[in-house]
Amino acid sequence: MSGPPPRLILDGLTKSFGTHRAVDAVTLELQPGEFFCLLGPSGCGKSTLLRLIAGFERPTFGAIRLGDQDLTGLPPHRRPVNMMFQSYALFPHMSVAKNIGYGLEGIGRAATAERVADLLRLVRLDGFGARRPDTLSGGQRQRVALARALARQPKLLLLDEPLGALDRGLREETQGELRAVQRRLGTAFVVVTHDPEEAMMLADRIGVMEAGRLVQIGPPTELYRRPANRYVAGLLGDVNLIPGQLGSDEAGEVRTVATAHGSVRGIVAPLLAAGAAVVVAVRPEDLVLGDAGLPVTVTETTFLGDHLRRTLRLPDGSTLRASGRPTDTDLQPGSETRAGFAPEAAAILPA
Amino acid sequence: MTWVTRGAMVAGLAFLYAPILVLIGYSFNASPLVTVWGGFSTQWYGALLADAPLLASAWVSLKVAILTSLIATVLGTLAALVLERQRRFRGRALFTGLVLGPMVMPEVMIGLSLLLMFIGIGLDRSLLTIVIAHATFCTGFVAVVVAARLRGLDRSLEEAAADLGAPPMRVLTTITLPLLAPAIVAGALLAFTLSLDDLVIASFVSGPGSTTLPMRLYSRVRLGVNPEINAASTLLVGLVSLAVLGATWLTGRRHEA
Repeated sequence: MSGPPPRLILDGLTKSFGTHRAVDAVTLELQPGEFFCLLGPSGCGKSTLLRLIAGFERPTFGAIRLGDQDLTGLPPHRRPVNMMFQSYALFPHMSVAKNIGYGLEGIGRAATAERVADLLRLVRLDGFGARRPDTLSGGQRQRVALARALARQPKLLLLDEPLGALDRGLREETQGELRAVQRRLGTAFVVVTHDPEEAMMLADRIGVMEAGRLVQIGPPTELYRRPANRYVAGLLGDVNLIPGQLGSDEAGEVRTVATAHGSVRGIVAPLLAAGAAVVVAVRPEDLVLGDAGLPVTVTETTFLGDHLRRTLRLPDGSTLRASGRPTDTDLQPGSETRAGFAPEAAAILPA
Repeated sequence: MTWVTRGAMVAGLAFLYAPILVLIGYSFNASPLVTVWGGFSTQWYGALLADAPLLASAWVSLKVAILTSLIATVLGTLAALVLERQRRFRGRALFTGLVLGPMVMPEVMIGLSLLLMFIGIGLDRSLLTIVIAHATFCTGFVAVVVAARLRGLDRSLEEAAADLGAPPMRVLTTITLPLLAPAIVAGALLAFTLSLDDLVIASFVSGPGSTTLPMRLYSRVRLGVNPEINAASTLLVGLVSLAVLGATWLTGRRHEA
């Protein structure tokens, strides 16, 4: 390939079905060679967005560009983009080799055979070329689908819930493989998933979708530590949300929030005005029990092997969850203590 | 199963098939009297082979059935593709009605209307007019059989093919049609069968020299049944049963071939 790999740009992409906006003004720029995850619950529009990029749906507004090339009006078979389907969509009447070679029309028999053999090796299925898809296991079918989608050396590979149909153990193994294949080829991947853990494990960057909108884009750690709103905070893991009012005293990033049980400090989200109703989002593992912080009573301690999970009650009856080392057994249910956290570990979000 | 339901089933099946079994049994009757058993014999099958008018009619029926099934299969498959794969277009409901209409229309009406049309446009009645008439009412049956399978076909298979660079025509010929093949063959066999045993429509639209087998049998029966008719009917039943069994087997099969 000549020149730098082109980057995908989505510009105000919108898709309406009747009055329902399945995809609503999505703007996104993908880095070359990036592993990008679209994360959200079912019905949030992530699959529709993928189908728009592949060309199976026509956008109502907006544009799709790959480098200098405008893809918006192109039919699927003219786009230099390939997709791996959730159902794998392997052609049942063709052998594995024929499936993988389907997209390689016009390069000649010998070249096709060679390329198919390379791809089979890439997904560790040497010798499976003559088999029929229905004689393969779920994991093997998934790998055939991946090889077929990579056959045309797409500039961008779209994967719709690529691991959704696999069992838990196989899924973790396959996540590693998918990641390795992507690193080796340097092709940009866009993966749709509803599983936050999977997204964090795979992606360089995650785009969180909610009701057709892309609400936050960032690396996994940033989304986990600095969620843009309560929805993102809750989606990526367990979180404590403490309501309060944003103080007006300072101007920096670290601000004070007045809660019903005393003031706490955290890092403020952009565009929040003093006096605004906010929530302070703190992960359970960031709560430190000791001398400083909000007054709490331990109500329950659960041993979970690698960590302890404590339920804490605030004076107004609301609860917090804290996790700690499994050896911290001195705080039994009923003991009173204080729950504090470092300001960098707390995100102040719109209520 | 209680003895009541078992008895009801036996009675029902007997009601449907006993006459055919009687017919088959009497085709091996040695006696020339249809209702008197005179011992086993295959002489009437021999007589059949020597009966030139009957053989000529059989040949006409076979030609008509083959041509009909070819035409109806092509038209019916195209109709099914439009019905199932072109989701939105103006007059879709009307189109569906028009394709499936001839299936439920009284045959006498189809026969009469086609006869009037052939006279109106000055087309002489012949084997061709029978084929046209049969294709008219068989197309709907093929469309129904093919559309049913198309509905069950995973749409993402065709999308995957397009995604891999196949233009619409290649998707159709390498993915859609091969996966539909069992239904298409079943539809063709069904059309073949329907054409082979049609009497009413053929009676309206056939011309001199194009008497089909059911027409010939019917006219002979009016002069009196003889065991040779039984033999001919037995062969017809056998052929039709084979075609129907084939069609059933093909539609029931998963797409593994």
